[in-house]
Amino acid sequence: MDLKDLYRDVIVDHNRNPRNFRPMPDADRHAEGFNPLCGDRLTVYVKLDGERITDVSFQGSGCAISVASASLLTESVKGRTVPEAERLFTSMHELLTRDDAVVDPVALGKLASLSGVREFPARVKCASLCWHTLDAALHREAAPVSTE
Amino acid sequence: MINGRPLCYLDSAASSQRPQFVIDAVSRYYETTHANVHRGVHKLSQEATDLFEGARETLRRFINARSTREVIFVRGTTEAINLVAQSYARPRLQPGDEILISWLEHHANIVPWQMACEQTGAVLKVIPITRSGEVDYAAFEALLSERTRLLALSHVSNALGTIVPVERFIREARRRGIPVLLDGAQAAPHMPVDVQALDCDFYCFSGHKMCGPTGIGVLYGRESVLAAMPPWQGGGDMILAVSFKGTIYNELPYKFEAGTPHIAGAIGLGAAVDYLESIGLERIAAAEQDLLEYATQRLAGIPGLTLVGTAPAKAAVVSFTVDGVHPHDLGTILDHEGVAIRTGHHCAMPVMEFFGLPATARASFAFYNTRQEVDRLVDALQVAREMLG
Repeated sequence: MDLKDLYRDVIVDHNRNPRNFRPMPDADRHAEGFNPLCGDRLTVYVKLDGERITDVSFQGSGCAISVASASLLTESVKGRTVPEAERLFTSMHELLTRDDAVVDPVALGKLASLSGVREFPARVKCASLCWHTLDAALHREAAPVSTE
Repeated sequence: MINGRPLCYLDSAASSQRPQFVIDAVSRYYETTHANVHRGVHKLSQEATDLFEGARETLRRFINARSTREVIFVRGTTEAINLVAQSYARPRLQPGDEILISWLEHHANIVPWQMACEQTGAVLKVIPITRSGEVDYAAFEALLSERTRLLALSHVSNALGTIVPVERFIREARRRGIPVLLDGAQAAPHMPVDVQALDCDFYCFSGHKMCGPTGIGVLYGRESVLAAMPPWQGGGDMILAVSFKGTIYNELPYKFEAGTPHIAGAIGLGAAVDYLESIGLERIAAAEQDLLEYATQRLAGIPGLTLVGTAPAKAAVVSFTVDGVHPHDLGTILDHEGVAIRTGHHCAMPVMEFFGLPATARASFAFYNTRQEVDRLVDALQVAREMLG
């Protein structure tokens, strides 16, 4: 188990310079994610045109894994439909939690850089928080979500 | 070994490691002396009772209580505080009465009082802290009122290491007839504690933070106060006689020890006290102060590192943040280097809120740590800064 499996260059880069890190005053949907034990807290904003996610952004604070994961999420779901985003959520869940996960690296793109997280069980909740928060936003859930 | 490196354990404020001496005492009890206590007329039961009550006497001496009737075995500090909240505070509190705590408290010295307040309509008042992490004495004086029914204070802060000058607070509270509970979980392992000199009404501490087993701790209570309190839990051991017309409760301390106690735990905790006293609490405190001074000085040399909690009197705890590196990433990277620290809110979310931080990293030292381990902490922090900073 090498630390570089966890903190890959892509992740370090997205932590230092998170993409789509901004509020979205005209968002159609938003939801909050909060892991009180860690102190990781983020809000995911979504703009929709019918079934299509035309814009997505996030704000908040957290560890490198949670910030990079959220940043990568925004890049990967922008322009996709809601069912496509949900399929990505399922794939990410598999990638983060199952040793025998069969994931298509082409479909996941840069998200595959988070595969090292599953070797660090205490950190899986950091990487998955943004995905559960996006899911809550898409399903209009009012209560903040947590992955702890 | 952790990740191929010798373990550097800097998390004793969460739970200490324990010496072979304590492990042997617990094993020997299970191997040779186990039976239920205060029950049988058979020899083994008597021997187990002697060991168990011998441990109580050791604990009495350790904190200088007047009598073993004032030494109640509980699961730990948390249970001790809950016992006082439910058995002492709850029956006395009227709507509008006030319980006074500080902003420094561990959740275990917040939530039981919130529960008692919810049950009775009493109000929880909180003494603010200063930027250095000290309890604000002037604010304490201003918060004392005719309705203050109890003062519950940390002796030493778990999150910041602040040693609270409790004597001053107790003197003022006692002058006004207000009883005082001290959360001594972080103090008892690191400094001599004398409950008569402190003149507090309750003192609570945990075995596992002072080289003893988990699941055992002590509630000290002033005998006159304990005697006036109803039992907390009902069951065996806490009774003298039971009939369906009514039950006669046992005397102190058994009135508060329903059910078969954690016999091995109490014996192990007694052994832990023997062990600590064989080194000497004064020597332990001096060795830990040396580690604290060295760690404070070395950490100050790390660019971007900010110490959280800079009170003039501190136990060997350093809480800190590093610019650009979240505490959780620090925890993972340090663990990879074999250095175990605590990261997060340390069960003291209000303290984190006060400093506007979601979390800190915390290294805590015990007498068995060394300056070389401080150096390993500093080296590992440099690795983290290079990787993520």
